Amino acid sequence: MNTSLTLGAGLGLKADHYEAAYDCAARGLWFEVHPENYMIDGGPRLAWLETIGSRHPLSLHGVSLSLAADCAPDSEHLKRLKALAERVQPALISEHLAWSTWRGQYHADLLPFPRTEDALHRIIDNIQRTQECLGRRIAIENPSHYLQLPGHQFSEIEFLAELSSRSGCGLLLDINNVFLSAHNMGYDANAYVDAFPSDAIMEIHLAGHSVDPGGTSLLIDSHDAPVAEPVWALYRRLIRRVGPRPTLIERDEHIPPFGELLLERDRAQSLLEASPCD
Amino acid sequence: MRLSAFQDAFVEALYDPEGGCLGLPTEQPGFTVYRNTVMKGAVDALLANFPTVERLVGRTWLGAVAAIHGRRSVPVDARLLYHGSEFPGFLDHFEHAQALPYLGNVARLDLLWTQCHTAVDQPGIDVTRIASLARERLASLKLTPRAAARWVWFADQPVFSIWRHNREGLQMPEQLDWHGEGALLVRSGGAVSWQALDIGGCAFLDACAIGQPLAQAAQHASDIQPSLDILELLTRLVRADVFAATDPS
Repeated sequence: MNTSLTLGAGLGLKADHYEAAYDCAARGLWFEVHPENYMIDGGPRLAWLETIGSRHPLSLHGVSLSLAADCAPDSEHLKRLKALAERVQPALISEHLAWSTWRGQYHADLLPFPRTEDALHRIIDNIQRTQECLGRRIAIENPSHYLQLPGHQFSEIEFLAELSSRSGCGLLLDINNVFLSAHNMGYDANAYVDAFPSDAIMEIHLAGHSVDPGGTSLLIDSHDAPVAEPVWALYRRLIRRVGPRPTLIERDEHIPPFGELLLERDRAQSLLEASPCD
Repeated sequence: MRLSAFQDAFVEALYDPEGGCLGLPTEQPGFTVYRNTVMKGAVDALLANFPTVERLVGRTWLGAVAAIHGRRSVPVDARLLYHGSEFPGFLDHFEHAQALPYLGNVARLDLLWTQCHTAVDQPGIDVTRIASLARERLASLKLTPRAAARWVWFADQPVFSIWRHNREGLQMPEQLDWHGEGALLVRSGGAVSWQALDIGGCAFLDACAIGQPLAQAAQHASDIQPSLDILELLTRLVRADVFAATDPS
């Protein structure tokens, strides 16, 4: 399936918006959820997801498969992901270049690691196990960065390109993560976006961020505000180069009414429709 | 540093702000961002999963307690809607919660609510089918509680009254009769509802859940609560959609 034809700009699905999401007939609209919130046996939450999925394409965007942990993905978790995917038949499945579950504990964040040759082999293996289990290609997202970690042997783009070419996975380019990581780590966001391997991009994320409430100059991937203008500028720059790709507006805190989020989505949809197809 | 050693050290540093870890830049402000986000994830999950406890003690108190709990009990399931299974036990023994000795049990009912809300979908038993059964068939009928039905008896505290008033946003009665209370929570038609269930009702459902036929379950319940009106109880439970559809054979 050429998802770029069927998926325009989508929204993260929020429980408060289930009815409005189901009813909305906006062109290109699709919805993304964290599968962790729907790995349940039954009940109204799962029923809503299936109902909305009967009308709109869905995407499962995992936050806890912990692909960058130095161990294989938890087999129970993978089974639950597979069962959910079989149930709701998502158009896309994605995860992060990060770790969160380690030695049986879940640390609810997308944690960093040194991008070494060892890590590369481990993560390729973990992605391949995941793709084999699910019987499909997944997309891997560039995370946000807050730490100058010693020991990197690859740039993030080199690392993602290697992952994609060796495991066959696609990539999810989160432009807000690029923007704030460039700020936090001191690199050029435009150069990052320009160098990102375009053929592998299966999905784009846009979100809002905020200044560290702890008083530092760090920008935090807080998903609590509208997408910032410099992030929109990076987005326009990217799709001018690579053409339209399924694009998601993420919002997880200070969630406005559905209509307000839809307006923000419409902006991305308009840019996609104005972008020449590659 | 090998990746596994890096991850061990990182986790240790996440939960021990005082400890410095060799080879990790914990002095960078970015490390605090990870510490804060990890803790916020665990705290937010407890706030979301224990709304009735929150109404009783307030968001500030529960948030502070959740942070203390978060340092002792790291989530073990990435499905954070199931986080907090140890929280009732923690509250039972938490020294600053001793003035509210029922708080742990209120948390237990919040846990049951989530279990009902996310349990597997199963059709309920057909009321007319039960009504049409001959007496001897009825006596040997095995009624299986649906996965979306949960019940519990609290021997010493009016936990259901406390939980219900707070869950429904009602004013607590000025005086509570300090006796044991049971609760029945059931999801039916997509919504979880609740009602009081006395000790005999709980015993009856316990017996049904281990596969005892109706006559035996009723006898067990009556032994525990001689005043129990089994017919009234059965009618109430069937109406509440407690039982799974039985095999038509």
